[in-house]
Amino acid sequence: MKIDLLTSLYVFMLAAFIGFEVIKRITPLLHTPLMSLTNALDAIAVVGAIILAGEHKNTLAAVLGTIAIVSATSNIVGGFLITDRMLKMFKPSGAKKA
Amino acid sequence: MSGILGSDLLIEITYFIATALFILSLMWMSTPTTARRGIFAGELGMALAIAGTLLHHGIVDYKLILIALVLGTIIGVPLGKVQMTAVPQRTALSHSFGALCVTLVGTAEFYLPREEPMTRFMMAVLCMEVILGALTITGSLMAAGKLQEWLPQRPITYKGQNFANLGLLGVAIIAAIVLVIHPERTQLFPAIVAIPLLFGVMMIIPIGGADMPTVISLLNSYAGLSAAAMGFVLNSKLLIVAGALDGASGFILSMNMSKAMNRSFSNVLFGAFGQEQAAVAGTAEARPVRSATAEEAAAILAAANKVVIVPGYGMAVAQAQHKVRELFDGLSKLGVDVKFGIHPVAGRMPGHMNVLLAEADIPYDRLLDMDEINGDPRRRTWR
Repeated sequence: MKIDLLTSLYVFMLAAFIGFEVIKRITPLLHTPLMSLTNALDAIAVVGAIILAGEHKNTLAAVLGTIAIVSATSNIVGGFLITDRMLKMFKPSGAKKA
Repeated sequence: MSGILGSDLLIEITYFIATALFILSLMWMSTPTTARRGIFAGELGMALAIAGTLLHHGIVDYKLILIALVLGTIIGVPLGKVQMTAVPQRTALSHSFGALCVTLVGTAEFYLPREEPMTRFMMAVLCMEVILGALTITGSLMAAGKLQEWLPQRPITYKGQNFANLGLLGVAIIAAIVLVIHPERTQLFPAIVAIPLLFGVMMIIPIGGADMPTVISLLNSYAGLSAAAMGFVLNSKLLIVAGALDGASGFILSMNMSKAMNRSFSNVLFGAFGQEQAAVAGTAEARPVRSATAEEAAAILAAANKVVIVPGYGMAVAQAQHKVRELFDGLSKLGVDVKFGIHPVAGRMPGHMNVLLAEADIPYDRLLDMDEINGDPRRRTWR
């Protein structure tokens, strides 16, 4: 348990540093799509909800797990959809040069 | 000793690949040319992780999962098709959904029958998960309501507000600490969920519409951190990484926002926007404003070599971005070098103005952020 915990803390620390470095480099142009993308990625919490609902250990877990899947899935679907729609609109001024 | 997420090697491998894909996804988001590849990486990672999870041998009830997945998709599709001006409230709403998922899972985990009692650390992280999650649920709902103008936009303040709010949060944290020390006092748990729910509402009440970009970023960060906490509880590295990335992203964005508004970050954290705003308004220096008719403006603009347009949210509210696009086209035809200077908090969320202008078909290389356009104000050169 102790080792597991320490590993988790290491993972969190490293991921936070990677996050800072990677996100610092993202152009402010794309900050809105960035937020909707991280939102969709954050909905990976759905895996916890799926196991909770699927294992059906008690009624409470099944009910809460199911609602949790619904809300996370709507974030995944909606988040990826809108991010893609936004990014499609960003065009370089190539048309003018031609 | 593995948590409920870690049983099969295959599942762990899908999570491992998904984690890498998530990081790649954010790396590719750095420029518009690679950004769409970033979405693809994210989608692939997500699909892999979900498929892997469905293989989990403990799952007995697939019907429930399927129904929930379908229902979530039905809700998600319209949320992905909203107007571009409505993206900020959509984002706030999705922060709320994300936090709802995390809070519900945390609550269910707490009441789950388990062979061995939770360790103190687990209990502490679980409390952090539900506190952050619960305040993000209601806080984001309030933010979405204000952005959608269902709720009054102006800040509502009263005396001792910060004290009352922080006191409320303090009570929740004390309850959590007591629960960690005495895990048998399970009756405290509902309070640890309910008080932050109330705090979320109270936290947004004093915040005006103009400060929403900062608040949305902050709530984004909270949603991420609560997901990371959930990763600790479930011993899922994938969740820890995704949550940490989201938390870092929200944190950086809110730092950017507060820096651009010349506010300290602690000012943002304590949410004392209302009073601060009044103080700033009072000390603003009076400078002459020159107004001109459309004809005069046209004459001035046509004679210029370089024009910088600095749009505010009024443009988006009036749906004037297409008119601005016409102006941009006309001036470009005359050989005028037109650029847009975008302030980080222009619009209702970070980068919102860029999306609105891109929607109006303005090429993204014409959209410069504040630091880029301010590069060398004396020589007035920009790239």
